[in-house]
Amino acid sequence: MPTVNMQTANIFSFHGGIHPPENKTQSLQLPLGRPSLPNELILPLGQHIGQSSRPLVKVGDKVLKGETIAINNGFLSSFLHAPTSGTITAIEERLIAHPSGLSDLCIILTPDGSDTWTKLEPLSHWQDISKTDVLAYLSEMGIIGMGGAGFPTQVKLQGAYKNPLTHFIINAAECEPYITADDMLIREKTLELVLGIEILQHLVQADHVVIGIEDNKPTAIAALRTVLNKRKSKIQVAVVPTKYPSGGEKQLIQLLTGKEVPSGQYPADIGILCQNVGTCVAVHDAITLGKPLISRFTTLTGDALKNPQNVEVLLGTPVAHLLDYAESEPKKLSRLIMGGPMMGYTLDSAAVPIVKTSNCILAASKKELPPPAPEQACIRCGMCEQACPASLLPQQLLWFSKSQEFEKAEHHNLFDCIECGACSYVCPSSIPLVQYYRHTKSSIREAREATVKSDLAKQRFEARKARQDAEAAEKEAKRLARQKATPSKTTDEKKSAPAKAAPTAAAAPATTDESKKLKVDIAIGKSKLKKLEKQLLEAQENEHVEDINSLQLQVTDQEKAIALLEEQLAQMPSATPAAPAVNTAKASTAPVNDELKKAKVDVALIGVKLKKLQKQLIETPDDQELKDKINAFETDLKAAQDTVSRLSATTESHTAASEPKAAASDELKKLKIDAAIAKAAVKKVEKALKKAEEINAPEIEAIRQQLKEAQQRADDLEKALANPEAASQNAEAQTKKADAAPNNVDADAAKKRKIDLAIAKAGIKKAEKNIQLLQEQGKDEAEINASEWPSKLKEAQEKLAALEAEESAPATAVSAPVEKTADTVAQSEVKAEPEMDLATQIKKEKIAVALAKAQINKLNKRLESTPEDADSINQEINATQQRLQRAEALLEKLIHSQTNMQENR
Amino acid sequence: MALLRITSPHTQRAGRRTSWVMQMVILATIPGIVVQTWLFGWGTFINLMIACITALLSEAAILAIRRRPVGFFLKDYSALLTAVLLGVALPPVVPWWVTVTAVAFAIIFAKQLYGGLGNNPFNPAMVGYAIVLVSFPVPMSQWLGVHSMVSAGETLSFMQSLQAIFHQLPVIDSYTMATPLDGFKHKDLLDSQAAFSSIAALQGPSLNSWLWVNLAYLVGGLALIWLRIITWHTPVALLGALLIMSGAFHLFDPSNTATPFFHLTTGAAMFGAFFIATDPVSSCTSNRGKLIYGAGIGILIYIIRSWGGYPDGVAFGVLLMNFAAPLIDYYTQPRTYGHKKAKTGLKVGEDN
Ligand code: SF4
Ligand code: SF4
Repeated sequence: MPTVNMQTANIFSFHGGIHPPENKTQSLQLPLGRPSLPNELILPLGQHIGQSSRPLVKVGDKVLKGETIAINNGFLSSFLHAPTSGTITAIEERLIAHPSGLSDLCIILTPDGSDTWTKLEPLSHWQDISKTDVLAYLSEMGIIGMGGAGFPTQVKLQGAYKNPLTHFIINAAECEPYITADDMLIREKTLELVLGIEILQHLVQADHVVIGIEDNKPTAIAALRTVLNKRKSKIQVAVVPTKYPSGGEKQLIQLLTGKEVPSGQYPADIGILCQNVGTCVAVHDAITLGKPLISRFTTLTGDALKNPQNVEVLLGTPVAHLLDYAESEPKKLSRLIMGGPMMGYTLDSAAVPIVKTSNCILAASKKELPPPAPEQACIRCGMCEQACPASLLPQQLLWFSKSQEFEKAEHHNLFDCIECGACSYVCPSSIPLVQYYRHTKSSIREAREATVKSDLAKQRFEARKARQDAEAAEKEAKRLARQKATPSKTTDEKKSAPAKAAPTAAAAPATTDESKKLKVDIAIGKSKLKKLEKQLLEAQENEHVEDINSLQLQVTDQEKAIALLEEQLAQMPSATPAAPAVNTAKASTAPVNDELKKAKVDVALIGVKLKKLQKQLIETPDDQELKDKINAFETDLKAAQDTVSRLSATTESHTAASEPKAAASDELKKLKIDAAIAKAAVKKVEKALKKAEEINAPEIEAIRQQLKEAQQRADDLEKALANPEAASQNAEAQTKKADAAPNNVDADAAKKRKIDLAIAKAGIKKAEKNIQLLQEQGKDEAEINASEWPSKLKEAQEKLAALEAEESAPATAVSAPVEKTADTVAQSEVKAEPEMDLATQIKKEKIAVALAKAQINKLNKRLESTPEDADSINQEINATQQRLQRAEALLEKLIHSQTNMQENR
Repeated sequence: MALLRITSPHTQRAGRRTSWVMQMVILATIPGIVVQTWLFGWGTFINLMIACITALLSEAAILAIRRRPVGFFLKDYSALLTAVLLGVALPPVVPWWVTVTAVAFAIIFAKQLYGGLGNNPFNPAMVGYAIVLVSFPVPMSQWLGVHSMVSAGETLSFMQSLQAIFHQLPVIDSYTMATPLDGFKHKDLLDSQAAFSSIAALQGPSLNSWLWVNLAYLVGGLALIWLRIITWHTPVALLGALLIMSGAFHLFDPSNTATPFFHLTTGAAMFGAFFIATDPVSSCTSNRGKLIYGAGIGILIYIIRSWGGYPDGVAFGVLLMNFAAPLIDYYTQPRTYGHKKAKTGLKVGEDN
């Protein structure tokens, strides 16, 4: 029963592809080699995508083989282990294998020759413990994707939990010419590979497990089949025809499933996980043997080597050592490539080390890889297009790249190019197409970053302006408050201890002023932080390694700045209560209230942070740091809650003796002002948004973001507004609490109405503008009437009127409960509320009057120009005049009531 | 150890350079040239020589003026290809200065002034052809007849062809006759059947000679497809459209129209489909685009042949579709991997 369990997988195909000479036999002549220990091992800290690891060792430390020498630095990072026993002789910058010949921080290990293992601790019970623990273990073993990009495996596996997996694909295609490392690995470690796949399958539970392998590796395929049959495994082997780039993740997925990974998404999003064979073996070695990732299979090949072969090589081995091992002929060597001839990159120097992702060293002679022929003009022959596996139009992309038409290039899906090089390979004009695309891509990325930067600058400017506005408004409000407070204070003084309220009142505003500024700063800082974090996440997702570091730095800075500000803020109130504390108990209620509020804010803040951390924890369950942080926060939270309850108790005890009203109402007022400002900001942003939408401006997204933030702030403030009211009522032990709720609801509704109103108004304006435009264009009246705008104008006006009517109705409704509360709290202050409503209403009516007048004017003008429509126009004029009169009457009434109110005061 | 620093890929398909592509296209015209020479004498051959020399000279001159490396660009064979295509398209006994004008105009104005190879929006050979067709209609309509049908009763000898081209053969009239397309165009009030039985150009030997010419180009074209230098899309779409158009009109009105077979085997049908319309620079890029482009040319050829002022329509059909090519390109982008549908137009910013 040879193939009982072997369900043959369906094979699909992908567009394009090429058949370069395979050149794979050279390196398969000799058996697997094991080079001797080099004099030193160079271990770069950044062998994977993401944050560089953090070294755990110092210069001079002695380490054993397999000992951890660097640990992960954040979520997207990995561990690093000593490939042999020896001494750390340096931690310094060294040249690394990198497309642009960069250097990076490396741990230099001088082997002692004894190659003694540290104690190995396999994870023998991996089937029983939780999967997250297994993932954490894999991370600690330094397992990363060994096929290309070096994506930390535990992160990739976590990503695979997002959706139920239909396919778990093991990439054994190895389509690049020359490279045979995976082929050799499968032959040598067939069982380990299958066991590794089984472990991974246990972790991800996919419906199908398929090994995708090109048909040019018959020995490996046979070996796999034998082992799978023996184990009666459900794992399928899908033999795909040899065609470059069938080993590209996206192409292999298409070959094996017929599905395409949507542009800009990941295989996990369509329920597919891809792992390289090397990774599977590494997983097996880590879990069943306890061996961390310290060596890999690498192909040494090329005409400049006398003994091309595959080797199992320790990470950190300098390439020069391997070239010696394979007896390179320096005279013949003209190009040294890490990786294959299609996607590899040239090395400047043989001093660079082998890292976890180095699958091939190609030492090519000049004859083998001659220097590229001179570039000729593109004749648009379309051969590139026939070869492109992504179904792009390479010749058009070239054209746009050369003419720097980046938008068009993006429109032609430049970013879906996988840089496989198939197009350059077939181009008869020897155009280095991929080089053009890389350059264009990086230019576009730079341009994007520049716009992000300028957006940030704009937002910073606006935030500062908003803060200044808020400060000015607050000063104004305070001035008014002081004016009003003077008479009430005299009554106060008559009733209670004289002369003591004054210093308190004077000291308090100063500090609150200061603290408010701090708070605003903090808020700004936090929003910045949030944005930065988002960017960072994006960068990590898109694997822009260069950005990640700088962003991380910025985030840390920002966090520090916020922490500093918060500290200052915390000191602020504690400084103030000291002075009034000497005063009577009555005076001290204010600070207590303040403190209470602060404590509550603390509680809320910590709660939010906690929640965030917990969310993070769900994503990265293995992060001990996070857990610690959460614990710390939880204790903090409890402490803060304790403070709150203690303080509220104090407040209540104070209520008997004194009136917290003043303090409370002061707070209340400030909050209300803040809320009003925030609402205004919301409105402003909304208007901007609308305008932007009209002209289809590119900033829409940014403005939307602002709007969301502004609304958030407004909502927060309103909530806060509801809170102190409740608090003060609490303090007075009254039962008016219920009033706060409807008040809040009403405010919400009012806001919605206001937005509607704004929309209606904008509609009118637009319609009017369009009509005017038509008139200016010399269109006659009939045409204008025929156009949709007049009817739209009327509609919008009607809607506006309806909305305004609604507005005035709830305004009185709202003022009723407010007044009720006002009676019980502070009379003078709350009266400002209906007054403000009145003022706005007056303004609105004035606008209505002006509008009506304008319309009458317009109608009159129309009457002159089109006497034949006189009848209908006259009717309209009459209607408008009626409306005008109504509005004027209402206006008068409103003004009257306003003056009344002022007099009453 | 001076190591080369180059970005990937580090290897190229061996041997298939641009000059190779051009050479192959030139070689693929050989069957056609042979048949033409066999049927119409050495005129075609002499034309080719004149055209090639003119092309090389004008290309070199312009390159020198533009301060480009002359040798490098001459070696891409693109100028020679233009010359060859023009040489076989022009009538075999056309005066030498017509050939020179056509080729010089094609190279200098239609190609180099636009920026040289790869930048010309119009097919240079067809621009040159159209210019002389419009400017010198009389010599351009003087095709030779097959020997059995002309009054001289023989094909021009090499010397006679030379003399004819350089204007010293007064008896040339006894060797020329109208092409079948010309003859059919000028059937005036005769219906098809009468035309085919009475007009000399529409008799068996004349029709057969053109059948042979077209078959020869078909062979060359198939070779190009086999070599993957051109794809099947443009020729198939062109011939298909021509077939459908002529078939439909012939069904509809058999007495005034010619059969589809007649349309596909006379004039420059095959030559145009495989050698002219497939000029990569001025045609569409994507496969879908090529289908539309080819079909457009086929339809235009039929329209011009049936109702236009010229007997054949390949040159104008190709030029007109050259205008449309960029637009077609924008609307026929292939669906990129990972996208639900193909993008069309140039609305930047809208994504799928
Ligand atoms: S293969 Fe080269 S010459 Fe041909 S269309 Fe593509 S880029 Fe142009
Ligand atoms: S490098 Fe990009 S454009 Fe070229 S074939 Fe590959 S995917 Fe297509």
